[in-house]
Amino acid sequence: MTNLSIIDKLKRSKILDLLQEGKRIDGRALDESRPLVIDTGVIPHANGSARARLGDTEIVSGIKVQPDRPFPDMGDKGIFMCTAEILPLAHPSAETGPPQPPVIELARVVDRGIRESGMIDLSQFVLEKDKSVIGLFADCVVTDHDGNLFDACSYAAVAAIITSTVPKWEMKDDKPTLIEDQESPTPITTIPVSVTMGRIGEFIIVDPNLDEWECLDARITITTNSDGNIVALQKGGDDGFSVEQLVKCSELSIASGKKIREIIKQATEGTQ
Amino acid sequence: MGGREANVVLLDENGIRSDGRKVNETRKVTIKAGVLKNAGGSAYIEFGGNKILAGVFGPRDVHPKHMSNPDTGILRVRYHMEPFSVDERKKPAPSRREIEISKVITEALTPAVILEKFPRTAIDVYLEVLQADGGTRCAALAAASVALADAGIPMRDLVSACAAGKAADAIILDVNNEEDQAGQADMPIGYMPNLGKITLLQLDGVLTTDEFKKCIELGLEGCKQVYEIQKSALREKYFSSGDNN
Repeated sequence: MTNLSIIDKLKRSKILDLLQEGKRIDGRALDESRPLVIDTGVIPHANGSARARLGDTEIVSGIKVQPDRPFPDMGDKGIFMCTAEILPLAHPSAETGPPQPPVIELARVVDRGIRESGMIDLSQFVLEKDKSVIGLFADCVVTDHDGNLFDACSYAAVAAIITSTVPKWEMKDDKPTLIEDQESPTPITTIPVSVTMGRIGEFIIVDPNLDEWECLDARITITTNSDGNIVALQKGGDDGFSVEQLVKCSELSIASGKKIREIIKQATEGTQ
Repeated sequence: MGGREANVVLLDENGIRSDGRKVNETRKVTIKAGVLKNAGGSAYIEFGGNKILAGVFGPRDVHPKHMSNPDTGILRVRYHMEPFSVDERKKPAPSRREIEISKVITEALTPAVILEKFPRTAIDVYLEVLQADGGTRCAALAAASVALADAGIPMRDLVSACAAGKAADAIILDVNNEEDQAGQADMPIGYMPNLGKITLLQLDGVLTTDEFKKCIELGLEGCKQVYEIQKSALREKYFSSGDNN
């Protein structure tokens, strides 16, 4: 907010003027997400994959499943890890090199939403307790950036996980050995859906696009599970929220999450 | 969260927690302002077993120069844990977790600081966790605001902080390390009490919408208690003995 360029300032006043009339810059309602299109199975070499298009934001997520050592304090659970990266071709401002804090936050927030929902039953991923487990890695790359990467990455990763399969390993001579052609669907317990909302002035908008994103006062990402409970949350941006605004956001995240969960379900049906 | 197991009773039949607190009680918090000689402002906080030092430098020249902004000052925060602050030695280089926490604390403090008064400058806040015991980001944030005030930087409000969460199916205030590991939810909150604004909010763990509302309510009570301790730390330094060093 404090670092807006002149163009952004003009954009912000235009966006605010429109919001005062109940309109958004791309014609959506305040509580309306952009259209979400998910294609699955786009990377046959991966154990599961999906391409998610949220408006003009596009993400490809691929799943790799492989044996790994467990975390020291969690020897009775497999490993889940989700990463996110903005590719240099996604936006003129995207750069190569080590990830900057906003990208690190992106990856960690997407990971946290899926992890904390307990989406994957990791207790089924143990080959030998404390010694050898299966790891499931969901890597997301942003191929086109038009705002709200948090939700787009999350949808791509979740759809890819639902469609993924786990190869079979057995411990032989103290080493995990692959048993060919014995894949089983990844054990899924719930479908987490992340919904990001932004605040501009007193207005709360769902799924901000890049124009809106660049002039938000503050944003919040709320992830809900299939039961409609909140499983993870992250506030960002250089300003805050009142308690009333947060309660409104939690309600919006559940309502919007429900619709998106249906889209994810339809896109992934019968693909495992 | 993630269902980590622990052989510890988080809440006994009398509603007493593993460290002897009631559900709506914070750990003991002490803050001392002005503990470093070289920093423009500083604070030391003990928040239960957390021991954290905060030092503020600036407003000063911005390096690298391209980061400077002709319209406003910038606030930079580095949250860092010492290798000896946790059970298993932590590698000294900043981890991804520390980078994320630095970012959320920066965003929690920025609305409180009147940065427009200091164009082309940077205010640097260094937060060093000497010992970690669950809830370090809240403790660090509370110390950072006191250190900023101690540095004489104009502010709209102090940012206070406290976590709320859920363990053994009860909503609890100020989640400690054990409860973070074995509990059901942890929600750190940063709050500007005079402006009624929540500037830091994160959650991991499962909450219903009702529990979420209760957590916020309880967490804000904790923030208000921490706020009083922050104010008295500043009062202690500037008004108690009449000596203004």
